[in-house]
Amino acid sequence: MSILIFTELADGKFKKSSLEAISYGSKIDGSAPVVLAVGTADETSLAEAGQYGASKVLFSSQEQENIMVYSQALLKAIETTGAKVIVSVKSALADAVMARAAGTLKAALIGNVTELPDTTNGFVVKNSIFSGKAFAKTEMKSEVKFLQIKKNVVEASPEGGNATVENFNFAADAMGSSIIETQKASGQLSLPEADIVVSGGRGMKGPEHWQPLLDLAQALGAATGCSKPVSDLDWRPHHEHVGQTGVKVAPNLYIACGISGAIQHLAGVNASKVIVVINKDPEAPFFKAADYGIVGDVFEVLPKLTEAAKAL
Amino acid sequence: MKILVCISNVPDTTARIAFEDNNTKFSKNGVQYIIGAYDDYALARAVELKETHGAQVTVLNVGLADSEPQIRKALAIGADDAVRVDAEPTDSYFVATQIAAYAEGKGFDLILMGRETTDYNSGVVHGMVAAMLGLPSFSPVMELTVEGSKAIISKEIEGGKQKIETAIPAVMGCQEPIAEWKIPNMRGIMAARTKPLQVIPAVGSALTGIINYELPPAKGACKMIPAEEAGTLIKLLQIEAKVL
Ligand SMILES: Cc1cc2nc3c(=O)[nH]c(=O)nc-3n(C[C@H](O)[C@H](O)[C@H](O)COP(=O)(O)OP(=O)(O)OC[C@H]3O[C@@H](n4cnc5c(N)ncnc54)[C@H](O)[C@@H]3O)c2cc1C
Repeated sequence: MSILIFTELADGKFKKSSLEAISYGSKIDGSAPVVLAVGTADETSLAEAGQYGASKVLFSSQEQENIMVYSQALLKAIETTGAKVIVSVKSALADAVMARAAGTLKAALIGNVTELPDTTNGFVVKNSIFSGKAFAKTEMKSEVKFLQIKKNVVEASPEGGNATVENFNFAADAMGSSIIETQKASGQLSLPEADIVVSGGRGMKGPEHWQPLLDLAQALGAATGCSKPVSDLDWRPHHEHVGQTGVKVAPNLYIACGISGAIQHLAGVNASKVIVVINKDPEAPFFKAADYGIVGDVFEVLPKLTEAAKAL
Repeated sequence: MKILVCISNVPDTTARIAFEDNNTKFSKNGVQYIIGAYDDYALARAVELKETHGAQVTVLNVGLADSEPQIRKALAIGADDAVRVDAEPTDSYFVATQIAAYAEGKGFDLILMGRETTDYNSGVVHGMVAAMLGLPSFSPVMELTVEGSKAIISKEIEGGKQKIETAIPAVMGCQEPIAEWKIPNMRGIMAARTKPLQVIPAVGSALTGIINYELPPAKGACKMIPAEEAGTLIKLLQIEAKVL
């Protein structure tokens, strides 16, 4: 089977989730996938795709993240490689790019895939639905298939050698769109990619009280998140909003501080491996979804955790 | 201006998820249905644009007759007319095919919908529709203004946002804070009863089929740590849970 991986770059390198997508692709039938990388990166970092099972990287250097251009790159790469299975991670960027390509090719697309496909009888994938509250086994019937895998469901550990890197050119057409301005918080850990997330809710009482939470996040090397009311109230930036209508995270560790655990919030965090809840109300629903809980005042508990984390 | 707003009819975000017929069918028993949370934002922005710029707002739903209360609600919120494509919305490709087939040649300036549905969370219908119609697409869109034949949008990217100027027509997947959710008022509800709702047949077929469903394994008990000994949690996370 010819397999193509659509990857994402950050700070000149593959995102961790994209390395997971490459690993996943290399395990479908054992054949080495080709990787498409669009954006800015250096060649040494790109060659690392080989350590996760890729044979070759097609690299299209683009200064700006334009969805139309990215999807044209993907379509051209599919045409060049004759790929029948296209894999990406599940993310807002990949959603937009994979959708345009699948729509053009009239191909099936399944998102939030959690396991390798079962090809014993057709092509069947398992995917998470209802924001992680259930799973479906879905048969894909078109000749070309698009799969978006959920973050943190495959282990990406380097082995193998380097991949060859080829510059990849195609006719780009932004279709009348232009990016006027990009604002990106720099030097911050990416929330959807993070291994550890420390998140705050209305129980944090106001933006001026966030420091104890930021201190713990720093001590753990964690990204920070928040509940919807917190971003609605502008206590924290919108891209930190976690939940059914926000970022869906899948870290190894999620620490919720002063968040009640409404079902819509849980929908964004239920793929976390371990959940810690700190809440002064012993009846807070979040404890039912937690692995470890502390009933107490966040402002007393957080400094203790930070101190212990610094001592690690 | 002509705006098409595509809405999904989905279980309420607090609905209990269960399956029947040997786990091959979603159990609608006792489940309250709503307009998809993100679609509601798209609808609210379309109605605001109608108020400020003047626009004809059409809502479209791919669904069976049980979607009609939600379609009427969209009309009550301020859409002018509605179309229901009479079919079960079986997969993203199928839904996108219906939207593109309806919109083709009708001169919509904007096709708006939520960034994803809150049932299957695929988040790809907007991109597919745009590809089928040869239009640009953007998602997740957090701000949208229209100036003549151009739209200015703010789109979320990982860790920040992009400001984009684009030619319209265009397709957009919307999310907050693009607009505040709107609640229909009495006048709107009365008016909605007589607004046109056209039912049309579906075209084409889905490319996927669900074989069966399963629920995640039940979560084990939560281990409680006394607040005074909060620091010991860090050790447990390191040694027992092995996540540090
Ligand atoms: C369609 C829809 C979609 C939604 N999507 C999302 C979503 O994506 N994400 C999301 O988060 N929400 C979402 N919501 C909102 C959700 O229903 C809840 O309202 C929200 O999650 C509550 O946020 P919170 O836990 O921060 O606040 P609250 O519910 O007010 O909880 C605050 C908690 O802090 C605790 N607390 C207070 N003081 C302290 C203290 N000193 N120390 C310790 N604990 C303290 C309290 O006991 C309480 O449990 C959505 C709602 C709807 C209707």
